[in-house]
Amino acid sequence: MFRSSGEWKMEQELKGRIIYKGKVEGEALVTNMPISFYGGVDPNTGVVIEKGHELEGISIKNKILVFPQGKGSTVGSYTLYRMKKNGTAPKGMINKETETIVAVGAIISEIPFIDKIDIVKINTGNKIIIENEKIIFR
Amino acid sequence: MELTKQEQAMLDGKEGYAVRKSMEILVALGEIFDAKNLIDVGSVQVSGVSYHNLGDAGLEFLDSLANDGKVKVLTTLNPAGMDLENWQQLGITPEFADKQNLVIEAFQRMGILVSCTCTPYLIGNLPLYGEHIAWSESSAVTFANSVLGARTNREGGPSALAAAFVGKTPCYGLHLDENRVPDVHVEVKTELFKLSDWGALGYAIGKKAENKIPYLTGIKTANLDELKNFCASAVTYGAKPLFYIKGITPGVEQQIQPKKTVIINAEDIKNAYDSINDNTDEIDFVCIGCPHCSIKEIQEIADLIQDKKVDKNVELWVATSRTIKQLADKRGYTAIIEAAGGKFACDTCMAVAPLKGRFKALATTSAKGCFYSRQNLMKTKMGSTKECLEAAVNGKWNKN
Repeated sequence: MFRSSGEWKMEQELKGRIIYKGKVEGEALVTNMPISFYGGVDPNTGVVIEKGHELEGISIKNKILVFPQGKGSTVGSYTLYRMKKNGTAPKGMINKETETIVAVGAIISEIPFIDKIDIVKINTGNKIIIENEKIIFR
Repeated sequence: MELTKQEQAMLDGKEGYAVRKSMEILVALGEIFDAKNLIDVGSVQVSGVSYHNLGDAGLEFLDSLANDGKVKVLTTLNPAGMDLENWQQLGITPEFADKQNLVIEAFQRMGILVSCTCTPYLIGNLPLYGEHIAWSESSAVTFANSVLGARTNREGGPSALAAAFVGKTPCYGLHLDENRVPDVHVEVKTELFKLSDWGALGYAIGKKAENKIPYLTGIKTANLDELKNFCASAVTYGAKPLFYIKGITPGVEQQIQPKKTVIINAEDIKNAYDSINDNTDEIDFVCIGCPHCSIKEIQEIADLIQDKKVDKNVELWVATSRTIKQLADKRGYTAIIEAAGGKFACDTCMAVAPLKGRFKALATTSAKGCFYSRQNLMKTKMGSTKECLEAAVNGKWNKN
């Protein structure tokens, strides 16, 4: 258990499926809407630009990005790679149930990524550690 | 997923970076989709070729693979963002051309045939019935699965490249009999008169049988160009990349007609045209060849445009592969079309060239072409080859 801002919060641990293994720590940014990296995110800034998206106008740079799955063009895999090169990519990613676009994007960009996680348990602002098949957050 | 010793060695990096990265992709996809093993593929078709879509990072990734290895099976390439020889005449900037050439050069170093076409089956990458392949490019995937009876999932650019470097793909989805069973009967209760009617049918099926494998009845005849057009449309508008047509496509005898039936009648075809067509009479861009033109389609264009002149405010593109264009050169079709003011757009197409803002209104035979041109902010009209060429000559849609 951690002590934070005067209240006690339980540290939670969940297990998922490794898509790209690694250890990373950061702040969660959570959405319940699928993300299209090609056309939906500006690779130069990391800001979500898809009209009407919950995260529209918000940067995913250096976050632990938590979302159900990817959508849209398969070119999105290359967009993630481009963001990693630009320094605008998320630090790590967590999906409910992933698909090929984000999975391939994470592998070629070497971004730690797991799926099969009940993402509704995670809130934006949570501190998260991804460690191989395990996530720890509070 | 179970790996052989040799596959495990590739995953461990024994064959270098390109093969290791490729194995990581294939194994991850295999795990995601519960594949038991990898299977050999006979050929690969790679999409993600236009610099317009790849950007510098994509180019950098391709370069890193090209520095390290060669593909193991016959691998062909999707259209690029420009005609590789004649880009200046098609309004491409030198900056774009330089980058696009670097992309092509990287693919070449990997040992990939720089075919730059969405119709690999017309230029020598022709898989056999039952053959496992790993193709990207949705219209070609649909054609291979349905018209040829080969087996492929709808790969993305990087997963197709991975299959090419390893010579294998994870065995799941449309590689397996149980996932190739049709799940909706589509009764076509209307005649199809012209090429674009097949695009309209594809639109109607995409909407009525979204994410399903249709089993079509009521179609009496079909030719290569009609099926090519239909494949592109159905998958663009939402169907799975596999269909059966009773009496026409292979393997249909082994399947049972699904009980659930949807009907397509003349009104559905008309509604498809109404949805695809915008309200515009002025046309400033006519493009035929989505998917890329066959030699027969080019012959038809030459016959129709002979001794006519394209309007000075209109640009007419015939999109095809360089291989087919060379046939057209020899047959004299190219000279006829160019004398009329038409241009050939080889190696590229209206879906991947950087065309945003260049044209106001497109006329085409292709429902898929209309879908992608809307993203390029064009109004669209779909019709027969004859109607499109009349629009090219008049600068107006259906003036007569």
